[in-house]
Amino acid sequence: MEGHSVYQPKSGVAKWFEDRLPIVGLVHASAVAYPVPRNLNYFWTFGGILTVMLVAQILTGVVLAMHYVPDSTLAFASVEKIMRDVNYGWLLRYMHANGASMFFIAVYIHMFRGLYYGSYQAPREVLWILGVLILLLMMATAFMGYVLPWGQMSFWGATVITNLFSAFPLVGPSIVTWLWGGFSVGDPTLNRFFALHYLLPFMIAGVVGLHIWALHHVGQNNPTGVEVKDIRKDTVPFTPYATLKDSFAMVCFFIFFAWFIFYLPNFLGHADNYTEANPLVTPAHIVPEWYFLPFYAILRAVPSKLGGVLLMFGAIAVLLFLPWLDGSKVRSANYRPIYRIFFFLLVADCIYLGWIGSKPAISPYVGLSQLAAAYYFLHFLVILPIVSRLETPKPLPASIADSVLANGSGPLPGQPGLAPLVGGSTHGQV
Amino acid sequence: MTATHDAQEPTRRDMLFLATGAAAAVGAGFLAWPFVAQMNPDASELALSSTELDLSQIAEGQVVTIKWRGKPVFVWNRAKDQIEKAKEVKLEELIDPLARNENLEPDAPATDANRAAKDKENWLVVVGVCTHLGCVPIANSGDFGGWLCPCHGSHYDGAGRIRRGPAPQNLDVPPYAFESDTKIKIG
Repeated sequence: MEGHSVYQPKSGVAKWFEDRLPIVGLVHASAVAYPVPRNLNYFWTFGGILTVMLVAQILTGVVLAMHYVPDSTLAFASVEKIMRDVNYGWLLRYMHANGASMFFIAVYIHMFRGLYYGSYQAPREVLWILGVLILLLMMATAFMGYVLPWGQMSFWGATVITNLFSAFPLVGPSIVTWLWGGFSVGDPTLNRFFALHYLLPFMIAGVVGLHIWALHHVGQNNPTGVEVKDIRKDTVPFTPYATLKDSFAMVCFFIFFAWFIFYLPNFLGHADNYTEANPLVTPAHIVPEWYFLPFYAILRAVPSKLGGVLLMFGAIAVLLFLPWLDGSKVRSANYRPIYRIFFFLLVADCIYLGWIGSKPAISPYVGLSQLAAAYYFLHFLVILPIVSRLETPKPLPASIADSVLANGSGPLPGQPGLAPLVGGSTHGQV
Repeated sequence: MTATHDAQEPTRRDMLFLATGAAAAVGAGFLAWPFVAQMNPDASELALSSTELDLSQIAEGQVVTIKWRGKPVFVWNRAKDQIEKAKEVKLEELIDPLARNENLEPDAPATDANRAAKDKENWLVVVGVCTHLGCVPIANSGDFGGWLCPCHGSHYDGAGRIRRGPAPQNLDVPPYAFESDTKIKIG
């Protein structure tokens, strides 16, 4: 997508540098002049929030690794040392632990935004698939991070999750032994999880680079799902409009984040992880972190080991095919009255699965989770393909600008930001 | 370059390209293998072999847990009625019909005699790892007079056989031998 303007260096130094490495021009094109649909709502701020959360996790993570010891006899004590002795260690550890939860809150809102507004539809399929890969990397990273404090939940969570691979016929047991580096979860497991927990965030950062590249190549979706037709009427430049709106949303998000860090730092965690790992006793009720609960409920819903594992991975894999399961010509659920109802049913189903996942694996919860798990797959594999092909959508606005004008009177929001057609400042022509 | 060859015909030069590519692929494979294999159990893990246990202190009905290769092993001195109950179970009622006893043939049926110690049917020695996803089941609980796994609700009976829940197999019987009447060696 064309930008509002091209970067033109003014000073001699800037011109000299731009001729040799045009990085200022690249940043200008993607973060200043980049055209943003003028009708984006606050659900579009979560991409920025996620980027900041990735940076926050990497910064606090690197700092914690300066004090943490990945050895099964020292790990638990070294985390307590961080909490008690390291300067602001309590703050940095709570920031990192609650940061993982905030990261997943933001990513789930980000994903449901995409589901509602059809942001996975052509030409954004690769953008969406890269996003699903980021989700998988995030889950692997968060899982290995949770193992590091070597509490009871760490140890038994690691045992259960690595044992998922034992369900595969023939190669399963060899894969599990290879992951463990022994005959059970132990010191070699902890050591390698530390190395991989350090590596994966940088792989996430790499895929995020591709994700943003793909986004900037096809352009952002918007609440109407109508593509940009006239860049000057339908869009505003990223800076200052989106930069400031994203920043405001980040501040609000950080207030929410800080409330957890300072007032409820252990609310989202599990008390059993303050007991040191004991390889001979499993806690009576082990549950994963809240952000894995819906998938955990799907795993437990199936009375077969391999079946449960395949369905759990399938719950994420089905998202990879979403662009082709949805046959609708209209993107946004605002104009798809029947799909819209099923979208909210899916949201309710996922929340319900999360709640079931936190309950013990006994009746009636197992039966209830089977219904909810079945509905999850029914939505993607049956309801969505049929509804999207049969439904008659409501009429779409002629353009993004029209949809904004229809909402009220007065000047077009962001009117002063309309960029000049060629070069120069992106701002200031009133 | 020889001009006499038709571009469509395979030449000896094409053979050289294939041979070079094949050599590079073999080289890459040999280079990759140590990077994969370093994660398999190292020499010190493999050296963990056997554990001994004194049975004289274990009262009738008591289950003792000991650590072997990082995993718990249950040693249960079963009471008479517990043995009788385990013997009454018919093979058709079992989810997993195999004994899973490393001291016997792999196809031995899961009778109580094939699960308990030879000629000492009160002793039941099993690896305390649920065959579902590896949690430690809780002894003397569940609906079948054996173990209940708290993680996903698998029930095992008085011979450590899976009876209900997601676990696919009976609890493993590790290799072990009685060194005397009151001492066993596991591993």
